[in-house]
Amino acid sequence: MIVYSMLIYGLINSAILALMALGFNLAFGISGVANFAYGAIYIVGGFITWTLISTLNIPYAISAISAIIIMGVFGALIYKFIIKRIRGLVMSEVIATFGISIVLLELLRYVGLIGFKYSLPVFIEGSVEILGAFVDIQRLLIIGLMVLIIIALYLFTHYTKTGLAFRGIAQEEHTSLSLGINPDRIASLSMGIGSALGTFAAIVILPLGTITVDSGYDVLISALSVCIVGGLGSTFGVIIASFIIGYAQTITAMYLAPHWTMLVSLLAILIILAVKPSGLLGHQKELEERV
Amino acid sequence: MKENYRKERIARSIKARSDDIYALTSYREMWYLLFPRVIPIIGIALVAYFLPLYWKKVIITTCIFAMLAVSWDFLSNCGLLSLGQALFFGIGSYAAGSLDHYLHLPVYVTIPVATIMGGFISTIILLPVVRLRGIYFAMVTLILPLMLMRLIEATKILGGTEGITGLSPFPNVWVEITLILAAMWASLFGLRRFIASDYGLIFVSMRDNDRATMASGINIYAFKAQSLFIGSSICAFCGAFMTHSYQFTGMPVFAMEFSILPIAAASIGGIGTLAGPLVGAMILVPLSEILREFGTLRIVFYGLILVVCVVALPEGIFHYASRKYNEMERWVKIE
Amino acid sequence: MALLEVQGITKAFGGVKALDDVSVRVEENTLLGIIGPNGSGKTTLVNTITGFVRPDTGSVLFKGKDVIGLPPYRITNMGIGRAFQMVKPFFHLPAFKNIIVPLSSPRVRASSGGRFGDKDAVALDVLEEVGFERDSSVPYKAASVLPHGYLKRLELARLLALKSEIFILDELFSGLSIAEVTSIIPIIEKILLDGKTVIMVEHRLKELFRIANKVIVLNYGKKIKEGLPKEILEDEEVKKAYLGVEV
Repeated sequence: MIVYSMLIYGLINSAILALMALGFNLAFGISGVANFAYGAIYIVGGFITWTLISTLNIPYAISAISAIIIMGVFGALIYKFIIKRIRGLVMSEVIATFGISIVLLELLRYVGLIGFKYSLPVFIEGSVEILGAFVDIQRLLIIGLMVLIIIALYLFTHYTKTGLAFRGIAQEEHTSLSLGINPDRIASLSMGIGSALGTFAAIVILPLGTITVDSGYDVLISALSVCIVGGLGSTFGVIIASFIIGYAQTITAMYLAPHWTMLVSLLAILIILAVKPSGLLGHQKELEERV
Repeated sequence: MKENYRKERIARSIKARSDDIYALTSYREMWYLLFPRVIPIIGIALVAYFLPLYWKKVIITTCIFAMLAVSWDFLSNCGLLSLGQALFFGIGSYAAGSLDHYLHLPVYVTIPVATIMGGFISTIILLPVVRLRGIYFAMVTLILPLMLMRLIEATKILGGTEGITGLSPFPNVWVEITLILAAMWASLFGLRRFIASDYGLIFVSMRDNDRATMASGINIYAFKAQSLFIGSSICAFCGAFMTHSYQFTGMPVFAMEFSILPIAAASIGGIGTLAGPLVGAMILVPLSEILREFGTLRIVFYGLILVVCVVALPEGIFHYASRKYNEMERWVKIE
Repeated sequence: MALLEVQGITKAFGGVKALDDVSVRVEENTLLGIIGPNGSGKTTLVNTITGFVRPDTGSVLFKGKDVIGLPPYRITNMGIGRAFQMVKPFFHLPAFKNIIVPLSSPRVRASSGGRFGDKDAVALDVLEEVGFERDSSVPYKAASVLPHGYLKRLELARLLALKSEIFILDELFSGLSIAEVTSIIPIIEKILLDGKTVIMVEHRLKELFRIANKVIVLNYGKKIKEGLPKEILEDEEVKKAYLGVEV
């Protein structure tokens, strides 16, 4: 009985982690820019959706889609106006995106984003019983949507022209350049899609709780931990890592106490750094060693 | 015909070419070298000793942040981009707090021990990360302080969410100020001298190109570990000092502010100079004290500084000022 | 016994075999040339010998000791020096300070008293050997403002400073003018006169064949030919690999 609910909730938790990490990982894998503003984009995306629904009374679906588009454009603009000028200077990229993250999140904190009214409605109310465990439909939707997103990403990167250009840039920028691919356009597109994915994750996941500023930092931490464990830039690695950390967290929460869950990812990071520093499926190091 | 002018720059430098022999021939030249070093030391000391108590505390905080910023810049000079000075700071703070609270050691023991211990623990934790290039170090240092906060919250060790209070204070505020001023100048001039030495050169070379350092027969991991130890020890000292100054240690020592402000100070002052970050901290911390009523908006302000300085003004104050000081500029007519 | 023996090195990058069972013997005080079309595995071979890449199988014996698995700095300290194809100077440092770093390595310190100390004079001597005029301002300029030719010389100076026994020069001549190449060749000849061993990966065959004792040809990760420069020039298979047509 408990085992079944552990299986189900672990699956949900893993799906949440994967959804959070995929956007960050996509943008990093393709443009090589670590978007430390990712957590902020997640929360701002959720906040925009909330504003559209609650203050402008726009239907949920339309609000969600417009928030995704707005944040996607925003992500692309970050690349176009800020990252592009400092491209290649890793230190400046990190400091600039981190600065953006702080500006956005602390601004939200300043205008008073706190309280239970800041929460998004669930897509479908109610819960169903699966193998003796009661599960909200929203949580089941998260699993389904994660699978959909992964399939969509796969199809996009393998069967569309832009997607192939994405992979080209990720593998060898100079060769792609000579094939007529504009790396700046692709990189800003990938930042945009990464941000849109982040907002999508926010809209799907946030109905389970309230929108808070601190969860912006938490999302960034979760995304980073999953990426470190899975290996930066490797989508498959990220999915595996989400499952490992997701299940480990659920088991910890069930058998120890819920507030220990954050330590699971800490432990996972420390173990992976000691054993295989480049992550489970990280191949980055080897490629770099080709000098 | 329109006359064209161009700006001509003449180095005012009196340094001999090899950079280690000075030919000081006049008081004017000595003064030229001493002025930018002596004036700030005396100026800050005067301000620190003669202002009322409230502003004395501000100066102490400023010096702490200045040291954090100098240490951040030293690490970045060695190719380690830290987004979590709070980690080193917090470890030092908790080390001093525990030594005082559980072992009842006096202040003049806890601070040195916490400094070494903090540096040691930070280095051990981060040692696997320095083997990786790129942004891993930044990511892990960003994550760890926030996670350690959770660890303390969850396990309730070391005072849990309440923190440890009632720690022993410094004998008096004069000792406090003298100690932090001495530590700040010692770390600044010590590190500046260190990275100019042949041994320190290896540290700096790792930022430019760690592959080439490796191909020069240098064990870069050993050197990165050393730089990590030096950088984190300085922060740990700050943490230990702050703990005794406020007689408190707790979860706030891992706060984001201790990570952000040093980076903001460094980007304003000029990354890579060590003195620049100190100048930046001297400007930012008192400023944020004046802006206290704006609350968290200050952190927004730091974030804006980060973005603007890094993207639009990468030079920073110190580079600009030292260029103006060391070079004479004049307009000359183009023939 | 040969000074350096590469035995049966195989290395695959994600299914592509960069090196396929390559074996090379390098005798002491000779100049070995490694040639081959782009992507034939020349640089990977160099990376394997210097420890930057760990091969899937095979061994590299230096003076009879296997160096596979040792980190690059250890191999450098044993006496295998390596110049990069893409120049890698310390851009922020003046040229002569660039040489201080290799002078601080355990290898050099062991041979000169084991101390860190004032090495500026030694650095300037080394730079002079590769053609940095001591009395000009060139050795004191930051590496970021030096022209490409000087950066290539700086790579060579690093190996001289390390007192390497084997100089591995990865496309040292690429991007240099004929005049620059002809001024560097005497430096390499002097290195050989000093009893050192040189391995050159090169595309400038004419210059290489003038000084090489032995040449090996790689194609698609396989060693297709080994011999004297004269034999290589006349070999049909090599021509085919280079020109890509039936001759």
